Amino acid sequence: MGKTIAEKIFAAHLRDTPTPENVILDIDVVMCHEITTPIAITDLEARGMDRVFDTSKIKAVIDHVTPSKDSKTATQGKIIRDWARRHKIQDFFDIGANGVCHALFPEKGFIRPGYTVIMGDSHTCTHGAFGAFAAGVGTTDLEVGILKGVCSFRTPETMRITITGSLQDGVSAKDVILFIIKELTVNGATDKVMEFVGPVVEGMSMEARMTLCNMAIEAGATCGICLPDRVTAKYLWPFIKDQYESIDIAVEDFTRWHSDPDAEYVKEMTLDVSKLAPQVTFGYKPDEVKSVTEMDGTPVDQVYIGSCTNGRIEDLRSAARILKGKKIAANVRGILSPATPKVYAQALEEGLIAIFMEAGFCVTNPTCGACLGMSNGVLAEGEICASTTNRNFNGRMGKGGIVHLMSPLTAAATAVQGHITDPRNLL
Amino acid sequence: MKEFGGKALFLDRNDINTDEIIPAKYLTENTKMALQSFILEDLKLGGFDPRKDIEGKGVIITRANFGCGSSREHAVWVFEVNDINVVIAESFARIFRQNMYNCGMLAIELPKKDIETLFGLGEAVKISVDLGACTITAQGDKKVVIPFKLNEFDKKLVEAGGWLAYADKNY
Repeated sequence: MGKTIAEKIFAAHLRDTPTPENVILDIDVVMCHEITTPIAITDLEARGMDRVFDTSKIKAVIDHVTPSKDSKTATQGKIIRDWARRHKIQDFFDIGANGVCHALFPEKGFIRPGYTVIMGDSHTCTHGAFGAFAAGVGTTDLEVGILKGVCSFRTPETMRITITGSLQDGVSAKDVILFIIKELTVNGATDKVMEFVGPVVEGMSMEARMTLCNMAIEAGATCGICLPDRVTAKYLWPFIKDQYESIDIAVEDFTRWHSDPDAEYVKEMTLDVSKLAPQVTFGYKPDEVKSVTEMDGTPVDQVYIGSCTNGRIEDLRSAARILKGKKIAANVRGILSPATPKVYAQALEEGLIAIFMEAGFCVTNPTCGACLGMSNGVLAEGEICASTTNRNFNGRMGKGGIVHLMSPLTAAATAVQGHITDPRNLL
Repeated sequence: MKEFGGKALFLDRNDINTDEIIPAKYLTENTKMALQSFILEDLKLGGFDPRKDIEGKGVIITRANFGCGSSREHAVWVFEVNDINVVIAESFARIFRQNMYNCGMLAIELPKKDIETLFGLGEAVKISVDLGACTITAQGDKKVVIPFKLNEFDKKLVEAGGWLAYADKNY
């Protein structure tokens, strides 16, 4: 019987099989940020186990609240910083070099096809875009990952999602994944790997694939994953050119991870996106999704563009397309958080930051920012935010506030009109 | 190994997420104990008051997809520091469930009909857990004994007191 990509990755990293359902995997990349790592660090210290299994496999960043806003967050930053220095972790990104983890780490070429990746952050599934098995874990799993370089998982069952047709102008990966989550519900992919295939995925850039995989967790999935191909090889080429004689050879090598034709899937779903409209959430769960036409007219107070879902350069370009030469509505405040310093610098060079600022946006440093209501852009009671983030849970961006999730294009159109609106009408 | 059992807190809703269990703004705390009073602060559930309803409880009984959303292990710790070491649900979100066992706590999945039975036992229900026999005894309006499945690996984690202890010995 053939294997899925997830099964192939598991087989290549198998350390132990305590039961037929449970495996222990060797981990290629252990990623850390300042919210979920400090308690692991202090616990290891308290136990006299202040060790790291392999410093070259650890990546760390301060991203959720940056620069620190109070003593507590300054302390979290200090703990992870001191630890990184103590263990000589090269790939630690401090203030000035830091950005949103799931945008920064791919930029640095840390993720490769066939890798196993864990992080104390549920949106780790983003990195499945590279054909890696990338899963979010809790602090204890992270702690053991740091100490031993292993993690336990249950053997992977995969749902295959084939995306066909072609996306209309104005419709993007964010709209596709919101629609998929609506179809599956927040519990529809629990304990499953979501494998995204089909011509639409093959035609997506790496950034679009990251948006797709980023929200796999919102359907409950263990991870999302795309098959690595030429698009993957081109993105990674600066980092892998010493390993392969040519991009063609890299592409050929990547195929060893592809799911076999006779691999078994627990569920198959086919989605033709040709008629798909932009999607928007309406309630307090990511599966409460409606087409933008049904949400048209919903007034908003704040528009947030950024996050590990949609804070990359293509997202900024998309929003700028609508914002160019326009002003945002008087009842709206707009906030842009470019996800990394590189995105920020590139946006400056392309004149995008000027477009945002002239439209009336506040531009922040690279950070998770408003997404979690932990630092800046917090909503007041009764306020409404149109956001390119990934969660609209009750109270997430601020107690008593509500978040409507959407694509950067829809968010930009919403900012201009002062209410949720179909961006295709402004193109 | 932890002690499992006690008075039940019924949370009659699906998809209770970890942001509701412990809002992100509290994730800047440096110790697990500091989370204690924030438990279930943002839970959207009619009739539920976290300031009154948690007191004296040792077990949560709830519906499907409990603990969905963020991977924050703080959602498990906030139960732990409130002396709740067992959650019984129709189903769990993957990361939350793993975090429970990683901390040596019990995330027990029961078929829908058994969850219905528990919800039907009235308001004051006491739960005891027999790990050896893999049964739950629930004493409410009447007494019921319900079997549950405990995976061998999960059992080892609970007996070891968590994943760190287990991994340290084995890997």
